[in-house]
Amino acid sequence: MKSIYIDEDLEAIRQAVAEFVEKEIVPNVDQWERTGEVPRSLLEQMGSLGFFGLRVPEEHGGVGLGHIASVVFAGELGRSTSGGTAITVLVHTDLAMPYLTRFGSEEQKARWLPGMMTGELISAIGVTEPDAGSDVAAIRTTARRDGEGWRLNGTKMFITNGGIADLVFIAARTDPDAKASRGMTIFAVEKGTEGFTATRALEKMGWHASNTAELVLDDVWVPDSNVIGEVNQGFYYVMANFQNERIALMAAAIGECQEAIDRTVAYVKERRAFGAPLWEKQAIRQRLAMRQAEVDAARQLVYHTAWLLDQGEDAVREVSECKALVGELSNRVLYDCVQFHGGMGYMRETPVERMYRDVRINSIGGGATEVMLDEIAKRL
Amino acid sequence: MRVVACVKQIPDPSTPYKLEEGTGWLLRPNDQVLDDTDRYGVEMGLQIAQANGGTLTLVSMGPTGSAQGIRQALAMGADKAVIVDDATLRGADALTTARVLAAAIGKEGFDLVITGTESTDGYAGVVPQMLAELLGVPSLTYATSVEASSDQVKIHRQTVTGYDVVTSGLPAVLSVTAGVVEPRYPTFKGIMDAKKKPLETLTLADLGIEAGPAQEVTGVNPAPEREAGRKIEDDGSAHLAIIELLEQKKVI
Repeated sequence: MKSIYIDEDLEAIRQAVAEFVEKEIVPNVDQWERTGEVPRSLLEQMGSLGFFGLRVPEEHGGVGLGHIASVVFAGELGRSTSGGTAITVLVHTDLAMPYLTRFGSEEQKARWLPGMMTGELISAIGVTEPDAGSDVAAIRTTARRDGEGWRLNGTKMFITNGGIADLVFIAARTDPDAKASRGMTIFAVEKGTEGFTATRALEKMGWHASNTAELVLDDVWVPDSNVIGEVNQGFYYVMANFQNERIALMAAAIGECQEAIDRTVAYVKERRAFGAPLWEKQAIRQRLAMRQAEVDAARQLVYHTAWLLDQGEDAVREVSECKALVGELSNRVLYDCVQFHGGMGYMRETPVERMYRDVRINSIGGGATEVMLDEIAKRL
Repeated sequence: MRVVACVKQIPDPSTPYKLEEGTGWLLRPNDQVLDDTDRYGVEMGLQIAQANGGTLTLVSMGPTGSAQGIRQALAMGADKAVIVDDATLRGADALTTARVLAAAIGKEGFDLVITGTESTDGYAGVVPQMLAELLGVPSLTYATSVEASSDQVKIHRQTVTGYDVVTSGLPAVLSVTAGVVEPRYPTFKGIMDAKKKPLETLTLADLGIEAGPAQEVTGVNPAPEREAGRKIEDDGSAHLAIIELLEQKKVI
């Protein structure tokens, strides 16, 4: 479907990513879901094609496109039928890298961006903790001054890419007396730093191709040169990056919905029951038609929100609308897609079975629906 | 070294094609895609041009439209594109196409012209040979592997039973089969740079030639439904029947 938000360049990028997903990802996802990890060679291949430089300014070797490009990119990754593969990439490009490109110093960019763009250096963000998810202000990890640097202590939970990342942006309390919003700082912590360990890969309902780990910081020392942006400004950086994160995640969710609908329409046109293809049943085709209408509407809202962000608007209400709407919608869509696949929809070999498990996180991760609805309500 | 790759924009093969009422000619939408078989020629051209310090120019005939398909080939790394776009070319047959491409390529200058074996929307499969004749240079066709230097090209030419080794000096026309090389994916940078590359549009007047008579489509019939396969019941000798079938198909 054409959209006023998608110009020739974005359409060309969409086609290039779609082709890559179809040829390099889809045929392999069953294996990656089993091994629990996307191979590094895939990430490096994506890096060599410039996929990780989509949002990186031209002066740093990227193509310097905006939020709308992230949406296009994420949307095609979402069509891979493996949410775990999509999220491995998106955590790197759209959740973690923006900390460096938006708030990092020139010296930090020179140090890490080249490796991040080739895929040699994969990144993650460490904000969430056992007792602090959507409520970011509740984090307990601390960083106290120590020489010309900081000493970090704490535990980070549910960290996507945690076990494979070479660089993790860690949020820690740097001023225990201040409100969290004025006492939190972001630190870049490199893999191999003494006291910094990924303890275990967590087993999940879905996203099986994605590594999710618990990270432990046990007296980890990092120099001042690893502080991202300004000390005590971390909370604002987290809030600012949430906007990009949420629309990228929901763009991927739209891709998941579209892929699931396309596969289901193809299936019910072939599958015969009671003497005719299931498509002849009005209840089935009309439900799919309504889901398509909802997905088409939601897609344009995501595009529009990305466009608002590209215009410099804060768009918190619209981002929250995308997150709440698409997070829930993707669950309804996959429920129906599994239902219309019948018994086959419950089988591990059927992609919609995996997608059904994958989409469950869409209404939880990156801001739960209930939190998002209150963000909208505050602005009504 | 001046390498030219012939490319064609075709309607997206994943969408149903529409024919014009009356003429039976293919209706071409504004957004067309690069013919997949052309990617092999473009990749071959890029490799040869890069290895010999040359340039790769794309030459195409047909309605420019949004030029999306041409940009796909430019995004792979070609240096520039020339499109002959003229209303009088509607319904052009293979010979007219070859004449037009030869005129544009001759104007551009070349050491090696690379084509696919046939287009995915026309399937005539004779343009490469006609092109070589009209340009007055040797034609090396159906290449499954290619070695090229600045003054010579050597190929494995696919045959029914295997391959012939064919060598020629340059200039020459070379047609490559799908799979001769693995076409590269465009990089994001390549995509963004593609629209800044020169894209020249020529008419027949610019080339000083006229279109030949258009093709006359005398009838269009739907492809026959695929018939059910043959079932061989195993009464203990089914393997013999299968072997006989495979021998008939020259598989064994």
